[in-house]
Amino acid sequence: MTVVAMQVNGKQVSADVEPRTLLVHYLRENLQLTGTHVGCDTSQCGACVVHVDGKAVKSCTVLAMQAAGALVRTIEGLADGDKLHPVQEAFKEHHGLQCGFCTPGMIMTAVDMLRRIPKPDETTIRHELEGNFCRCTGYHNIVKAIKAASEVL
Amino acid sequence: MYQFEYHRPKTLDEVTALLARLESPKILAGGMTLLATMKQRLAAPSDLIDLQDVTGIAGISVDAKNVTIGAMTCHHDVASSKDVAKAIPALAYLAGRIGDPLVRHRGTIGGSIANNDPSADYPAACLGLGATIVTNSREIPADDYFRGMFETALKENEIIVKIVFPIPQGAAYQKFPNPASRYAMVGVFVAKTAAGVRVAVTGAGPGVFRMTAMETALAKNFSAAAIDGITAPVEEMLQDMHASSEYRAALTSVMAKRAVAGVSA
Amino acid sequence: MNAIDAKKATGIGASVPRKEDFRFITGNGHYTDDICRPGQAYACFVRSPYAHATVDDIDFADALAAPGVILVLTGKDVAADGLGGLICGWLVHSKDGSPMKTGAHPVLALTHVRYVGDHVAVVIAETAAQARDAAELVDVSYGELASVTAVSGAQAPDAPQVHPEAPRNTCFEWELGDKAATEAAFNNAAKVVSLDIANNRLIPNAMEPRAAVGEYDKGTGVYTLYTTSQNPHVARLVLSAFVGVAPENKLRVIAPDVGGGFGSKIFIYSEETVCVWASKKVGRPVKWIADRSESFVSDAHGRDHQTHAELALDANGKMLGLRVKTKANLGAYLQLFSASVPTYLYATLLSGQYDLPAIYCEVDGVLTHTAPVDAYRGAGRPEATFVIERLVETAARELGEDPAEFRRKNFIRKFPHQTPVIMAYDVGDYEASLNEACRMIDYANFPQRRREAEARGMRRGIGFSAYIEACGIAPSAAVGSLGAGVGLWESAEVRVNPTGSVEVLTGAHSHGQGHETTFAQLVSDRLGIPIESVEIVHGDTDKVQFGMGTYGSRSGAVGMSAIQVALDKVIAKARKIAAHVLEAGEGDIVFENGHFTVAGTDRGLAFAELALQAYTGHKFPTSEIEPGLKETSFYDPTNFTFPAGTHIAEVEIDPGTGVVKVIKFVAVDDFGNIINPMIVEGQVHGGVAQGIGQALLENAVYDPDTGQLLSGSFMDYCMPRADDLPSFDVGVTVTAAPSNPLGLKGCGEAGAIGAPPAIINAITDALGVRDIAMPVTPERAWRAANGL
Repeated sequence: MTVVAMQVNGKQVSADVEPRTLLVHYLRENLQLTGTHVGCDTSQCGACVVHVDGKAVKSCTVLAMQAAGALVRTIEGLADGDKLHPVQEAFKEHHGLQCGFCTPGMIMTAVDMLRRIPKPDETTIRHELEGNFCRCTGYHNIVKAIKAASEVL
Repeated sequence: MYQFEYHRPKTLDEVTALLARLESPKILAGGMTLLATMKQRLAAPSDLIDLQDVTGIAGISVDAKNVTIGAMTCHHDVASSKDVAKAIPALAYLAGRIGDPLVRHRGTIGGSIANNDPSADYPAACLGLGATIVTNSREIPADDYFRGMFETALKENEIIVKIVFPIPQGAAYQKFPNPASRYAMVGVFVAKTAAGVRVAVTGAGPGVFRMTAMETALAKNFSAAAIDGITAPVEEMLQDMHASSEYRAALTSVMAKRAVAGVSA
Repeated sequence: MNAIDAKKATGIGASVPRKEDFRFITGNGHYTDDICRPGQAYACFVRSPYAHATVDDIDFADALAAPGVILVLTGKDVAADGLGGLICGWLVHSKDGSPMKTGAHPVLALTHVRYVGDHVAVVIAETAAQARDAAELVDVSYGELASVTAVSGAQAPDAPQVHPEAPRNTCFEWELGDKAATEAAFNNAAKVVSLDIANNRLIPNAMEPRAAVGEYDKGTGVYTLYTTSQNPHVARLVLSAFVGVAPENKLRVIAPDVGGGFGSKIFIYSEETVCVWASKKVGRPVKWIADRSESFVSDAHGRDHQTHAELALDANGKMLGLRVKTKANLGAYLQLFSASVPTYLYATLLSGQYDLPAIYCEVDGVLTHTAPVDAYRGAGRPEATFVIERLVETAARELGEDPAEFRRKNFIRKFPHQTPVIMAYDVGDYEASLNEACRMIDYANFPQRRREAEARGMRRGIGFSAYIEACGIAPSAAVGSLGAGVGLWESAEVRVNPTGSVEVLTGAHSHGQGHETTFAQLVSDRLGIPIESVEIVHGDTDKVQFGMGTYGSRSGAVGMSAIQVALDKVIAKARKIAAHVLEAGEGDIVFENGHFTVAGTDRGLAFAELALQAYTGHKFPTSEIEPGLKETSFYDPTNFTFPAGTHIAEVEIDPGTGVVKVIKFVAVDDFGNIINPMIVEGQVHGGVAQGIGQALLENAVYDPDTGQLLSGSFMDYCMPRADDLPSFDVGVTVTAAPSNPLGLKGCGEAGAIGAPPAIINAITDALGVRDIAMPVTPERAWRAANGL
């Protein structure tokens, strides 16, 4: 067991974990930040996306120890107090979620996408979502929500 | 995952010392393949040596002749590099087609080349451009480096430091992804270089390979029409539930022609 | 906002943003994996690596000695505790009158394993990682046996047998329809069109893997099971009455936020059962979370039919008869709906939207050494629609008729319409949907678009699918007569609080459907109170009266109707109270926009004031009217509902690579009345995506020699991604359902039902081929395009 410390959603945190602990489990089990989900075991579905040092990554394929010392942001840290992030607002407004399970990863990916590509067209949005699966929405309203968010960001 | 010990050295010397000392260590670069494999319990290293803090093995530099990419440079940095896009746009394009944006933020060129997955993209660029793989002990030409499925010329405890890509006159990459995994089912890298035309194919066979018949034809007449009817040998192609060897062979031709058209354009 | 404006903003017919979204977009949802009970231990299952084997010995001494391990349990422990097996909820009879035949479905294997992933033992440890480490140390001695995974060959006398109780692996040989009349129709036919059709096996892959936490309270003897269920009360009933874990009154099942179901979370599987049972043995809560790899091998799969179908036509292209012979792969064990999906949920829809005088369908239910096959979005109806719509399109082409015109010629136009296969369609206007879909896709100018594509070297095609489905499954007497083990009504309780806010307890369960919003819209609309004052409670057997759950597009038509009936009762009682309080005759009380008023006066009570009066009981005789305001209903509709519509797909195919691109997809559906158009459209989008997935991408493949699942992860099972799909064009037409008070039909499955034949009809049109197998992988399209 090793003490792993990092900054998560602006707070300095630490926990004693096995080296094999994945970042997603560190967040979910040690920090009780259960908004980040696990939807597959082959690093494909993207339900686990968080930001590490400002970049969106799949936290199911990062060791907690790799993220030691990093700045991590999860879905719980996205809103500014009670003020939702424009991407969160857009997902609600445009019905970009149904069961909600893929949603945190989808939103964290979308925020990262719009940081890199401020005004993406539909083809770009769809291509950029290659690493996020949704089984409910057929992506139609997710694409619509991201497009709408890009217009207010 | 099985249990292991984790190390985070700061210099290449520390890395080599750890490699020499530990029982069955593995080098951890971006982890996009290694950690996924370990999660499936298909690999059980005693120790992981994380290279993220090691100095001098990440970053991109471009001069008149070469694009040099440090082993720990992530795919996203290559894909979004203006310098790479200017010098070898096909390389930036290829990097932007690996995995997905999230994978590209972690996965590294060194990790990809060291693993040499038969359906990885970077091997096609290395072989297609005639790159040199520079390790902590020597320089290996791409033609000598790739040795078939997951096999490379790397010796035990040898570490990739950087990859040097000579800037071609023109190049293009065409990828046909496996619909499920999005790895290359067939990827063809075509480069027009001072030393001649090079055509490298990934995904189709048990490892990246050159299509010399196409290279010869293109050397005489660099056009898609010149390679009409030239396909990789069916019997040497992979076959799985997604694609037969016959289909893969046919795709080598289609993708190569589209890549050639991309170079000419 | 005044009451009238509020009704426009949040009432029936308004696209109200979802009340449930806030918790999901902020990471505050509560899924089963998010539930941590004090002292919980973790379970990991030892699964069969073989498709068929004897279990000769299980040596778990090393596992028990491994770090953190608390207990290892096997089938012997299950037997010793006298637990029953897992059950099928539907009994189907063969043509000869004999009941279906199958073997027992043990919670943990006793003597045999019958598919890769079958449950052999469970290791319970301090951490999930330790449980998995130790599970690898369980040494099982298997005696490998020959296996069979496909229906072709499974019924041969010398085929490996799945269960000795089912000779020739034949669970049932079922029939429906009038054989003689159908033979006569074929004898009189001017033309017969036939197709051999495979409906590919699919894996539901809800994004949330299945999960369970079982907990036993020593003091009260009550078990609690938190689990990913579409129907917690049914889970409790099965676990009590059949498995015998605990009596119903000592078992609480909670299905918290559930991340998608699509049918795969109807059944009560081994894992959930073991968690609740083992929690008493361990004396601690036991948690299990499926890895996606486990989901692939152990969740119920869907579809997997092999069918030969023939359509008889007269000289004018009018349909005379339909003859269908289907072999349905049931997998190794029957699950809750396994027997009904390929029979009563399939053959009863074979009339489609067409006036078909004679239909005869035979279905063999075939057991194989594969994961059980059960309901998956559409459940039987996509298979039926695929058969009829592929035949109809093929017939139109072979007769040289326009596919839209050919359909128009054969549509049912008078209602009610009794089909030859049980169903009595009550209402519909099929031509309206077809016409609107043609308009939306600009059918008239398709030839021009095709020429333009051909000039670019692409092959472009258009395909129709005019589907019908039977939804809202109910009425109870009808399903009972067809073999259902339960009634399929739904329940609701409307609790008005003294301050006028309302809780509605529903037996339906939301796992993405948005019930917290749509159900609240109904209540807000009827009671004239703000939508924020309405709370929808579901998914907890301790809170909610018995309910049947959500599947088969039933929550609106049946679940909301139950709420409507309970609301009627609430309003009726409230009127009585209002009459006393306002000192007027009950007949003079008007209830409008949330106010009870005495007709023709300005004397009245707001709903909240009335609620307070109901609970204080100061102003009415409580000897005549009980205090309080809470009503319950158990609602059973009078018929199935029949959503129907036309989907049209336009595709382009690159003949060089075989890549099929869906350029345009139009879905025009008649779902009856609509509560929330935004949510309904969302349901269509999702269904269409799954339908396109079936047609182009998804395929569960077993190795025929070893019985291994080759498509056992997302690396090989192709899930639709955003860039595989276009944006969809969704339209509606409306004929209100007469069988329920709200006129709703159901919208959850239409997309998955309508899309596959539209896509395949478009591809065969583009390539000029008669048939092509699903999924149309690039290689399949490439071969067809190049005549290979």
